[in-house]
Amino acid sequence: MKKINLPLTDDVIRELKAGDSVLLSGSIITGRDAAHKRLFELIENNKPLPVDIQGEVIYYVGPAPAKPGHAVGPAGPTSSYRMDKYAPALLDRGLKGMIGKGARNQEVIDSMIKNNVVYFAAIGGAAALISKSIKKIETLAYEDLGTEAIYRFYIEDFPAIVAIDSTGKSILVK
Amino acid sequence: MEIRKIDSAVITDTVKKLFMDMNYFIGDDILNALKNAEHSETSPIGKNVLAQLIENNKIAAEEEVPICQDTGMAVLFVEYGDRVVIENGSFEDAVQDGVRRAYIDGYLRKSVVNDPVFERVNTKDNTPAIIYTTIVHGDKIKILAGCKGFGSENMSSVKMLTPSAGIEGVKKFILDTVKYAGPNPCPPIVVGVGIGGTFEKAAMLAKKATFRRIDTHNPDERYAELEKELLDEINKMGFGPAGLGGINTALGVNIETYPTHIAGMPVAVNICCHAARHKETEI
Repeated sequence: MKKINLPLTDDVIRELKAGDSVLLSGSIITGRDAAHKRLFELIENNKPLPVDIQGEVIYYVGPAPAKPGHAVGPAGPTSSYRMDKYAPALLDRGLKGMIGKGARNQEVIDSMIKNNVVYFAAIGGAAALISKSIKKIETLAYEDLGTEAIYRFYIEDFPAIVAIDSTGKSILVK
Repeated sequence: MEIRKIDSAVITDTVKKLFMDMNYFIGDDILNALKNAEHSETSPIGKNVLAQLIENNKIAAEEEVPICQDTGMAVLFVEYGDRVVIENGSFEDAVQDGVRRAYIDGYLRKSVVNDPVFERVNTKDNTPAIIYTTIVHGDKIKILAGCKGFGSENMSSVKMLTPSAGIEGVKKFILDTVKYAGPNPCPPIVVGVGIGGTFEKAAMLAKKATFRRIDTHNPDERYAELEKELLDEINKMGFGPAGLGGINTALGVNIETYPTHIAGMPVAVNICCHAARHKETEI
């Protein structure tokens, strides 16, 4: 199990190989369907983004509400392929990592190779377990989207697996 | 049989409890299947994923938090006794209110948008629930409820096969659908299959099939055999837990059937993730 401190450097990304189990610590941003659509439209219109994504890792997630006394509600990954349409534009803007579940299309993989990016899989449905590694949550943008807003998660030993590495090698079964 | 009066608050409280409980406590059929899968899994990553899913279910039950953040869209199959009269409100409102309270008071995620194409504004209480009601003779109300996450729902499909396709056509469509879904619907999955009826009846049967315990079989031996055969075939596909490889791609295949037209043989495949959350009760 490799312990990785965020933000990711280009060297660390190059060292990560498909199949590596990792524990991520530091901070990540979140975003799923609705937030991606908005970010993508801003990029298409050459407008500034509400969040600086340079060097960030994005987690595809819509958390459940936190119970009193909990930092965050259950927060497992959502299916990544729905973000495929938008991902290359974000990678071109400096995003260095993505966390989700399931397959990616060839355009995303090509963009990952071009931009030196890594795609991690978190375990779909292990939401209560994963939430234990999320220590603090802040809203960064699009609060009106509720669970689909962009949050910052402060994480410690967040469990993930390198599903597609920066050379395009994948362990996802086709 | 005499008319039986039921207060709408009883319906609301019952529905609320159903949805909170199903989201926190996984069925023992699923838990047993996950444990068996962990035991049989040959891929080390797959084994580890299964161990984490079992641990996740334990945490959810202990802390009474949702198993999965996608607490789904609420679907209810109701058998409504024709001798029952609801007092202090309507049945529909009472059910919707129960769903609303479960999702708000139970810290479940609100995942429903008001309009599918244009506004897509979150309704903020996970309503409306989808309610299928059948009127039966009697003075009871039977509710079979489930919450359906959309990672797996999106991988589902309906096909209007015709009679000449035969059993081979049915098998091929089911296996093709599972294969197309691949690693996306959170394997190990539960596959609900509806065969027969009309276009929408097949889909409803498939949904109902995902709400059936996976340690039960279709009462017709031929379909029970088909359930077993399909499960074996799916587990040979190699997607494995979380789609990271392994021999456990599905935990169960449930088939429900209905008579159909001389010209048709509709088949629907409703895919459900390993968090197959459903519960039933009788009022």
